[in-house]
Amino acid sequence: MTKYMDRTTWALTIGLVLLIVVNFFVPEWFRSILLLSLARGSVALGLLVLWRCGLISFGHALFYGFGAYTVALIVKYLGITDAFFTIACGVVVAGGLAWMLGFLLRRYRGIFFALLNLAFSMILYGVLAKLESLGSTDGISLERTTFLWYAPEGAANKFALFIFAAILTWGVALAVHHYLRSTLGYMTTAVRENEIRLEFLGYSAERAIHVKYTISGLVGGFGGAIAAMTIGHVDPDSMAYWPISGDFVFIAILSGTGNVGAPFIGALIYELIRTYAFDQFPEIWQLIMGGTLLLIVMFLPNGLWSLVDRWSKRRTGRDRLEAEREKA
Amino acid sequence: MSVVLNVQGLEKSFGAVVAAHDINVTIEEGETVGVIGANGAGKTTFVNMVTGYLEPSAGAIEFMGRDIRGRSVRQITRLGLCRSFQVPQVFLSESVFDNLMICFGIAERDGLGLLGALMRSDRGDRVDRHLARYQIADYRDVAASALPQGVRKLLDISMATVRKPKLLMLDEPTSGISAEEKFGIMDILMQALKEEETTVLFIEHDMEIVERYVSRVLAFSQGEIICDAPTEQAMVDPLVQEYVIGKEYHRARSGDGSGNGAGEGEAG
Amino acid sequence: MDSQLLVIILIDGLVYASYLFMVSVGLTVICGVQKILNVTHGALYAFGAYLTATLLIVYFEAGWPQFGAFFVMLVSAIFLGIVLGVIIERGLLKHLYHEDEHIVVLATFAAFLVLEDVLLLIWGTDAYIAAEPLMLLGQTDIAELPFDNYSLSMVLLSAVVCVILWYGLRRTTFGKMLLAVIYDRELSQAMGINVTKVFLLTFIVGSFLGALGGAYQAPAISVQPGIGVEVIVLAFAVVVIGGMGSIPGALIGSLVVGIARAAAVHMEPVLELFVIYMIMAFVLIVRPQGLFAPAKPRKI
Repeated sequence: MTKYMDRTTWALTIGLVLLIVVNFFVPEWFRSILLLSLARGSVALGLLVLWRCGLISFGHALFYGFGAYTVALIVKYLGITDAFFTIACGVVVAGGLAWMLGFLLRRYRGIFFALLNLAFSMILYGVLAKLESLGSTDGISLERTTFLWYAPEGAANKFALFIFAAILTWGVALAVHHYLRSTLGYMTTAVRENEIRLEFLGYSAERAIHVKYTISGLVGGFGGAIAAMTIGHVDPDSMAYWPISGDFVFIAILSGTGNVGAPFIGALIYELIRTYAFDQFPEIWQLIMGGTLLLIVMFLPNGLWSLVDRWSKRRTGRDRLEAEREKA
Repeated sequence: MSVVLNVQGLEKSFGAVVAAHDINVTIEEGETVGVIGANGAGKTTFVNMVTGYLEPSAGAIEFMGRDIRGRSVRQITRLGLCRSFQVPQVFLSESVFDNLMICFGIAERDGLGLLGALMRSDRGDRVDRHLARYQIADYRDVAASALPQGVRKLLDISMATVRKPKLLMLDEPTSGISAEEKFGIMDILMQALKEEETTVLFIEHDMEIVERYVSRVLAFSQGEIICDAPTEQAMVDPLVQEYVIGKEYHRARSGDGSGNGAGEGEAG
Repeated sequence: MDSQLLVIILIDGLVYASYLFMVSVGLTVICGVQKILNVTHGALYAFGAYLTATLLIVYFEAGWPQFGAFFVMLVSAIFLGIVLGVIIERGLLKHLYHEDEHIVVLATFAAFLVLEDVLLLIWGTDAYIAAEPLMLLGQTDIAELPFDNYSLSMVLLSAVVCVILWYGLRRTTFGKMLLAVIYDRELSQAMGINVTKVFLLTFIVGSFLGALGGAYQAPAISVQPGIGVEVIVLAFAVVVIGGMGSIPGALIGSLVVGIARAAAVHMEPVLELFVIYMIMAFVLIVRPQGLFAPAKPRKI
């Protein structure tokens, strides 16, 4: 078994320990950035799962928004602020939606898949923006999150939320990592490259896609739930509008699909660039973001992780990258 | 010997074109059957219908005593009727080893078992043995896109045999392979299939291959079986000579061996 | 339903449909020829609106002949179509034609973000209102209800654009070359059509149409940040509904969406925003290639 030793599990665990240690020293604003990176990185992780089989969604704000609004609505209408309960609901609701839509979306490929997702996310946006009971365009503000019997106040709340979110995200990333290394996960390539062969091997490409879509919805909802608790407020424009979906694709392409850790690194870099640009050059922050995205698309189309791949390839001499170049 | 495949009264038409008419075939365990016929004679259509890729217009298909008509490709594959392709269908960006790992993973597990790790060392050993049997172990870590055509063909066929099928259908195993290579590749293939005791049906244009490896011939012409006989008998059958082989074949036996002058083969 | 409501819905729907047609027809032309979904189209619309609004304000302050305002719109749209069209196509898209379709959409999304900020750098965050042309044309009573003639004239403009495009595609050499490229790029190239040139010209025309949509809409709206973001996703919806790359599709798509939206606005306002995307999803489900998918050659 040593041949297939897993460095990713180690790296993720070290990352978690680092985050928890860092949590004691970082200022409040940076903790928020880290939290949002975990949230957005999770959604991008969902996109990674799809991207590996050649599918891109231009509407993943749908699941992000669903997760976030589920949390907000539970707080508003049921008065339950417990993080464990609300996050579980957010994940289950978003995952359930993905599972249901999956019966339809598994038949679509390419640009049609991407656009159908966009259409569904814009329907959600329309509903959220118009229905008074869902907060309309003003959105809903959340009360402070509690953790079972623990209800920290002030800065301690974010501190606790961060540890909570970091541990859960670690678990999510590990689960997705395990999935990607399973037989079902490896079918990604099979789906992307040759669906006919997959059928003649005795497995349904559509079912494989359905599983992927459901997983991406689950982690998307997870990200949305974390984001709602971090920001303390949900509204349609920042949770479900189409540029939000664009941001996720942005993070996904910035990260690359090489590793489940990549989306979180990508999300952090994205948040840092954005915060810095917004702070220092408020007039041209979008220009900076767009420029960065353009540079990535033009010069590093396989994302930041391809740099890691290149580096590790030089070390181990594996020919995987060669194969990818060939394909491109 | 027991009957593996029993096809009765199979029909298929695409609009006004009759691609299969009253096809009746019985294949017994251990046979090696060759399917010959000009382009458009209905050979690939026959294979496509039996493997569930095309729905027949009428007729019955029984595999191992079970009615399989109307079942999906993957259900039929799971029952043990597998096929290879005229144009190899492999996962191009993956290495030969990874291609087969995926095949073994899917063949060995089902349902929730598919959530188990794919890259297990015991599975790796089985893949390596499989590669050795098909003599492509030298290409183990080469990306499938970079393989020579003959090796890619062998990979494609070896992928179809991972499930240890009861009946294997090969669509032109030697098409696209040079004349020098073809016997070598067929020897490897038939040896490996004999070891696994697989019943084989293959479509072939090359009469030299047919005569050398096949015990029984099904000759197709315009969607019908015009001859179903042991190889020697079929080769001298007047209908086969007229519609499939061409009369000169036995006199000349020249050229590239595909006596009917078949070019690229028919579209799958 | 009383007849007055019906008239309102029909006319509002028609006006909104013309607006949608104006913003989506350029997008679908580019989509058909270059096989890309061009997000920068939203920025072209916004640029058209901003440039026209500022020019109109200057123009009316100077007291020049009032009907020249329409000439101002046309000139700004042509100017923007050429300048931005060339910059985007030569500077960006040219390098991406061999890439995966998703990558191209992303690249145009990135360019869109950049252009949005360029817009803010030039015009700031203020709203611009240049409603003089709207006043100029006055109102007409239909079924005892007042309608702006300016809005009604948009229907006329769409009709004119439609006829010109139809004529251009069917009756001119360039149009026939365009149709050939839409049908089969490689074959057209093999037959000696300069595809590079066709792509550039198409993109300029498409961009011009986007800018014209914005320019003509400018007097009827308050020109402010965010209009491009809103428009592009609407245009996407129309193009998807009609069939990507089909001009009749954009026309029918606009009509369907326009009237459905008008019906929603006047009967069930809650539905206003998402009725469009409901139709988009419905069409994608039932007929993913769109209502009027252009014919595809067999590639075997």
